[in-house]
Amino acid sequence: MAENTTREKPARKGALLEVENLRVEFPTRRGTLTAVDDISFHIDEGEVLGVVGESGAGKSMTGTAIIGLLEPPGRIAGGEIRLDGRRIDNLPYEKLRRIRGREIGMVFQDPLTSLNPLYTVGHQLIETIQTHTDMSESQARRRAIDLLAEVGIPAPERRIDQYPHQFSGGMRQRVVIALALCVNPRLVIADEPTTALDVSIQAQIIKLLKKLCSEHGAAVMLITHDMGVIAETADRVAVMYSGRIAEVGPVREVIRNAKHPYTHGLMGSIPMVGHDLDRLTQIEGSMPRLTEIPTGCPFNPRCPKVFERCRHERPELIAVEDTRVACWLYEEGEQRRTGSHG
Amino acid sequence: MFAFIVQRLFQAVLVMLVVGLISFALFRFTGDPVNNMLGQEATIEQRQALREKLGLNDPVPMQFFKFLVNASQGEFGLSYRVGKPVEELIATALPATLELVFVSALMALLIGVPMGVYTGLKRHAPLSRMFLTVSLVGVSLPTFVIGILMILVFGVWLGWLPTFGRQGLVDLGFWETGLLTLKGWSFLIMPAFTLALFQLTLIMRLVRAEMLEVLRTDYIKFAKARGLRNRAINYGHALKNTLVPVITIMGLQVGSLLAFSIITETVFAWPGMGRLFLDSIRFVDIPIMSCYLMLMAFFFVIINLSVDLLYYAVDPRLRAETLGGAAH
Repeated sequence: MAENTTREKPARKGALLEVENLRVEFPTRRGTLTAVDDISFHIDEGEVLGVVGESGAGKSMTGTAIIGLLEPPGRIAGGEIRLDGRRIDNLPYEKLRRIRGREIGMVFQDPLTSLNPLYTVGHQLIETIQTHTDMSESQARRRAIDLLAEVGIPAPERRIDQYPHQFSGGMRQRVVIALALCVNPRLVIADEPTTALDVSIQAQIIKLLKKLCSEHGAAVMLITHDMGVIAETADRVAVMYSGRIAEVGPVREVIRNAKHPYTHGLMGSIPMVGHDLDRLTQIEGSMPRLTEIPTGCPFNPRCPKVFERCRHERPELIAVEDTRVACWLYEEGEQRRTGSHG
Repeated sequence: MFAFIVQRLFQAVLVMLVVGLISFALFRFTGDPVNNMLGQEATIEQRQALREKLGLNDPVPMQFFKFLVNASQGEFGLSYRVGKPVEELIATALPATLELVFVSALMALLIGVPMGVYTGLKRHAPLSRMFLTVSLVGVSLPTFVIGILMILVFGVWLGWLPTFGRQGLVDLGFWETGLLTLKGWSFLIMPAFTLALFQLTLIMRLVRAEMLEVLRTDYIKFAKARGLRNRAINYGHALKNTLVPVITIMGLQVGSLLAFSIITETVFAWPGMGRLFLDSIRFVDIPIMSCYLMLMAFFFVIINLSVDLLYYAVDPRLRAETLGGAAH
């Protein structure tokens, strides 16, 4: 792909995590599938970046690639991932292992299956703490109890010796968060941390995650398909579609003034108090499979504002106002050309 | 936990009663033992006297009750063939078989589990492919062919190992063991390996399949994401989760080791229970056959009970009720 001026520039200096032109591919018998197609973004120290999109947009794949846990045959086919300016996408296994948990923590979607059923939660916490620090068994245990208390588990001295099956789903996700934060990583990748939970406790868990990460000074990459969660939690948001970033910018700006027709569609699907809508709008059609991504803008078959250029040329991210957006409706630095989306 | 053991013990007693009934029925439905013992020439008075002496004139339920009482005390009467008490014959044959089965099971576990782990972790390594190919041989060749091949190679061509019998025994008073001398082991190693080979390949394939399954789970992915060392992930987190099915299969297989030992013992002229049983069948030696039946049933019951208890030890989820149930 030719370099040009409208290209996303390398993230600014001092960013905690920089992802540049990342490409994740799956070689299959019928040819190579591109799950993440040339995306770039950054996360600053202590910042919460929301990553939103439909299933299969490549959100989780991006998170997994950052922590180096892509399942073969999936592989990083191009681009760079830097943590504190140091490349981590090409590290040997053992060096990357030391970064996992120590500098980048991860929270997975399903707390019911994230914990090993045969070990007590204490064992799993202490094991993780001792892997990354020089703490003694009793120090690590002390810390594990403190962490359990911190994530809001009552009677942690007693519950530390219990097995995962003795905890409810919400409590287990709290344990998972304690595990992700137990050696104070600088970045936590939370991959749909509440999708598997009851609606009634989703908000609690998100709030807890945000509070703890800011207390521990960890930045968060919050992967979700719930725009509402992003609106409440994130500082910035990246909207993904078909393995690419459609729009990225400060969360208020993106929500109030969505520029990409896809983001606009996503916003229309959130119920809002005080709006006299008879029904929520929906985006027609569904996201293309990896095998049949259309040429040009991948959103063009579903886009209400599609025109000829969208079908042939792929738009790059360009700066428009405070956000960056990959859409032919805009030109660099220019106000929107077409009328209001509102 | 206690209630569970009591329940299982109760079931075990029930199973033993049923097997006892079958063993007892052997006596009644396989011809008249008096004929076998006294021969064709005996007079009617002699027959009558023996019937009285053996208690064959008592009502059937009474006979069954006596049989159970005697059996529970380890008395199965006289062997028709040898004329010695059955328990004496069993006592000389049982250690040979139990040692053979014990060593086989140990071999199958100690070789099969590491091979399974290796082939599960390094799926595409040349050594893994070799293990899997060789394991096909173990699964598909019948035991007696393997035994005979081993005798040919190690006994006849190389002359390293003795080809039949059991020597180098040390008498411990209640038990004649071949495990304490090198000579004893030299006699044991070939039959034990022959017997173990099938189980070994079975366990290897089972552990491999389970490892592949477990390595795909979320908790392994999460363990990796926490940066745990590979050794801790593979052996601590993954292997332990494969143990429950391995224990199940191993429990069943120890039973079939006892059963298959008949063939192996015949090939290697191993003086164990299998040989004793085959000889007894040839002579319709009912007391020994019924004792063998009861004994095997007893072993199966014991093995199953231990398997259930091992589940408890390995999997905390089964202990849930005794720990006071899942909190909210």
